[in-house]
Amino acid sequence: MQPKPLALRILDIVALIVLGIATYMALNAPTERVMGEVQKVFYFHIGTAWTALLGFILAAVFSVVYLVTKDLKWDRLQVAAIEVSLVFFLITIVLGSIWARPAWNTWWTWDPRLTTAAVTELIYVAYFMLRQGIDDPDRRARFGAVYALVGGLSAPITFFAIRLFRTIHPVVIGGTNPEADGGFSMTADMRTAFFFGLFAFTIIFIDLFWNRIRLGDLQEKVEQLKLKVSM
Amino acid sequence: MDKATEIRSAAGDRVLHKGNFLKAVWAVVWKDLQAEFRSRELFSAMLVFSLLIILIFNFALELDVKTRQSVTAGVLWATFAFAGTLGLNRSMAIEKDRGCLDGLLLAPVDRSAIYFGKVISNLAFMLIVELIVLPVYSVLYSVNLFQPGLLLVILLGSIGYVGVGTLLSTMSVQTRTRDILLPILLFPVVIPVLLAAVKASSGFLANADWEEIILPLNLLIAYDVIFIALAFMVFDSVVEE
Repeated sequence: MQPKPLALRILDIVALIVLGIATYMALNAPTERVMGEVQKVFYFHIGTAWTALLGFILAAVFSVVYLVTKDLKWDRLQVAAIEVSLVFFLITIVLGSIWARPAWNTWWTWDPRLTTAAVTELIYVAYFMLRQGIDDPDRRARFGAVYALVGGLSAPITFFAIRLFRTIHPVVIGGTNPEADGGFSMTADMRTAFFFGLFAFTIIFIDLFWNRIRLGDLQEKVEQLKLKVSM
Repeated sequence: MDKATEIRSAAGDRVLHKGNFLKAVWAVVWKDLQAEFRSRELFSAMLVFSLLIILIFNFALELDVKTRQSVTAGVLWATFAFAGTLGLNRSMAIEKDRGCLDGLLLAPVDRSAIYFGKVISNLAFMLIVELIVLPVYSVLYSVNLFQPGLLLVILLGSIGYVGVGTLLSTMSVQTRTRDILLPILLFPVVIPVLLAAVKASSGFLANADWEEIILPLNLLIAYDVIFIALAFMVFDSVVEE
């Protein structure tokens, strides 16, 4: 077995450090006047949301590349991206819910973003259920790629479809929606904490993504060794 | 063979191929319709199932006159969606069970012809069921559902639903968990169809302004075009052995 590459080990440590710094900055950022402490959830909510979306978009790109090249390497990349993103997106939803309870006075509303988030999460859970039912690795990869593509196209359409209704989700960066509830503007300190949060979660995402790809490669090797032994 | 003949024969193949494509699509449709006409198992199952769903909704929602107005479109589309998965699953499972799919794949035609053939025959089953459910619902709840606008929405919605459903059911029947997988795969990705269809249908039923209806209608058309094009492109990799 090959040892973990040095760069990945360094990245592991860096990811831990930036997570610590991001937490510290979020806790020490000025407290928001109306919502109070619970607003601090926001620094991590956006970080996990953005990286999860990045992962889903990457997965759709890997789908296309896999269907064109038929190289199983891209399938492993896709699984890694979707798996990490699925967890990050779940964290986003839970954090959002924690924030929504005091801010909107409810854990959940059927707002476009919330609904799309729930649907997206279900699409990728279905993706793993589909993969689980298939033994042949080539077929598993092909079906996975097709479904990730269908899901990746349908999720944004769902979002725009639900947008036909109103939204109360606040858009803090570059958005003005008079109907939004719970919006606020950031001071310089808050902005630093916010952007550092984005940066930190991007690093953490890359680190987990890389670790997951390595795991996929090792799994592949084990499968091959098993085949060799049984033959 | 010299190069000129090679090019000529390739061009000839393509001309032949174009005529063949429609013929192949039609052959698949005809085969399905004929098999269904003899056994009637798929159609009767879908129909009875949809009537049962309407019955269940009647108790679940207490469909009195006031509620009816607001939920008719929703009840109809929920019924079509559930009955649709039953039909899609069965229509593909028959192909897989008796090894018909392998036979189809061996035929020297473009694979997308098989996809379009299955889409058209699935669509036909679904539309027939819908055409029976509509008058039954109209009689039971005394609303007139035979409005041209509503029929258009039902056609567009069914095309989108069946277009994606046929692609996904082709995948789901080839897995170990094939009996339960299709709705799990299909429902999250057809939510835009159901959403737009319910909006447009209730718009037509409430005689809403054209402006309110045109938006979901456009969305339905866009969805149909995008997903049938996508299915056309990827269908090859779903049936390849």
